[in-house]
Amino acid sequence: MTTHSLTTRSRTGAGALATAGAAARDAWLVFAREMRPELRAPMGLIFGMMQPLVFLALFGPLLYGMPGVGSGPPWQWFVPGILVMIGIFGTGSAGYYVLVESGGGSLERMLVTPLSRGAMLIGRTLKEAVTLLAQSALIILAVLPFGFRLYPAGVLAGLALLVAAGVGIGALSFALALAARRAPSLFWAVQQTVTFPLLLLSGVLLPLENAPGWLAAASAVNPMTYIVEAERALFAGDLSGAVVARGALAALAIAAAGLAVGVRAMRRAAL
Amino acid sequence: MIHARGLARSFRVGKGETVEAVRGLDIDVAEGELVAFLGPNGAGKSTSLRMLTTLLPPTAGTATVAGCDILADPLGTRRRIGYIGQGRGSGDNFRVRDELISQGRFHRMSRTRSRRRAEELLAALDLEALAGRTAGSLSGGQRRRLDIAIGLMHRPGLLFLDEPSTGLDPQNRANLWEHILRLRESHGTTIFLTTHYLDEADSMAERVMIIDHGRVIADDSPERLKADLAGDLVTVTVGDGEAVRAAEIAARVPTAHEVVRGRDDGRHGGRAGGETGDEVAEGPETVTFRVRNGPAVLPELVRALDAAGLCTLATEIRRPTLDDVFLALTGRSLREGDQETEGAAA
Repeated sequence: MTTHSLTTRSRTGAGALATAGAAARDAWLVFAREMRPELRAPMGLIFGMMQPLVFLALFGPLLYGMPGVGSGPPWQWFVPGILVMIGIFGTGSAGYYVLVESGGGSLERMLVTPLSRGAMLIGRTLKEAVTLLAQSALIILAVLPFGFRLYPAGVLAGLALLVAAGVGIGALSFALALAARRAPSLFWAVQQTVTFPLLLLSGVLLPLENAPGWLAAASAVNPMTYIVEAERALFAGDLSGAVVARGALAALAIAAAGLAVGVRAMRRAAL
Repeated sequence: MIHARGLARSFRVGKGETVEAVRGLDIDVAEGELVAFLGPNGAGKSTSLRMLTTLLPPTAGTATVAGCDILADPLGTRRRIGYIGQGRGSGDNFRVRDELISQGRFHRMSRTRSRRRAEELLAALDLEALAGRTAGSLSGGQRRRLDIAIGLMHRPGLLFLDEPSTGLDPQNRANLWEHILRLRESHGTTIFLTTHYLDEADSMAERVMIIDHGRVIADDSPERLKADLAGDLVTVTVGDGEAVRAAEIAARVPTAHEVVRGRDDGRHGGRAGGETGDEVAEGPETVTFRVRNGPAVLPELVRALDAAGLCTLATEIRRPTLDDVFLALTGRSLREGDQETEGAAA
């Protein structure tokens, strides 16, 4: 190998590193901008939790003694599912902000800056991930007095899994919003049509053990099913096993697919 | 600063249906120029601007903006230009000062420089008292000033403004122009803006490019564009149903060329017949002629009409405006476009 080719390679490597560094910096800048209003008005975070809290308070008690939920308080079974529900609904609605910014003009303004387009999406998605983490932590704290047993390592792993899936869903939501920016009602139509079946088929609300064959088959092809099962195992303190591995794989696949589609949509965004 | 050749953009609007918004645009803008891109709504102004600012890829053609090819080096282009769009550049929930600092950071400015520059612009654009408020709580004029400040954060050498004064009251429009002109004087910034306000283009721009149906149909200084029409516009108002005869008689007067016939609606030049589709059914009619020397020709014209038994109800001599330039080039008035848009909006 010649000195020239070594130098060229090292220059290429340094260039790639500099690009990655700039993209990471851009993602951080976008994340910081997005987080500022949330931190100044944290009540928005609480309002975003109303739906899962209502489910916990008004639906959770109905699960006592239900087959498939386990004996005793249903929280150990129900709370992981509720966290996945926040993940699906919260991050799935994240595209709304892109619709607002696209309609208003601030997205356009940002697209004419040197910000990396991919970083613009990742920064926004990170904000959704942090919001999801904060809401999850508050839900867990809220159920602790009602007999929910905390397995710290399992909870941390479960939250990591949740964030991975949330990043993917958030990125897909942004991509959908960019595609539907001229017809915002289309965004909501697609979002609702996709998220509700995903949620119900994942067994978040009720166990699917006694589901009819066709419903069980539909549930088996829903990646969220594996994430919900893995979350329940992790929140019960089970850190190993095939259930967790399948869930991790599903979460990572959603994250990878979501980011690939989202980054591509943002790079090609023409307003 | 801007060199575009054959820039074109078409949009698919339905199955097999394509609209050519911009058709083969050639533009050359030198450093330090203030160029107004003038045209009716839907002429292709904003689409052209979006292509030049890398927001929209062209379907054909090439362009170099601030030394960078918009297709090969869009990032380089974005680094060197400022853009103030038609919409609100700031997010509703974000604070004024924060949005300015963020914009500086997006343009690779350090935190300290961004803060310092934000304070400068807050003071320059009378936004200091509003710095801690969210953009959503500002009035339309305040918000537009914030948009301008955001666009100027990184001191771009080339600034694009898309309909910068639309929706502003006269006082805010005047303030906005004061800021734009001050910026140009102090930094020699090249400014390329779209507008459909004739008076703005006429009085502020040193060069006007008129675009219609996606093509540039005129490109010169406002004075030369108007001078090319050679002479004055004379409008005579005659009785109901007499415009055709008046035009025939006036056509015999040397140097008089008929421009438009219409009804007298109290506005100079009358209303172009058959263009707006809502002509007044009855009443005095107007005929407008372009003549080399209005004051010299008018008495002759009135005498000729009088000799033919036509009563001249009113006369008017005026210098051509950019609207007349557009009218002469296209047979349509820019103001009609505005009226149609306003009517549709209402």
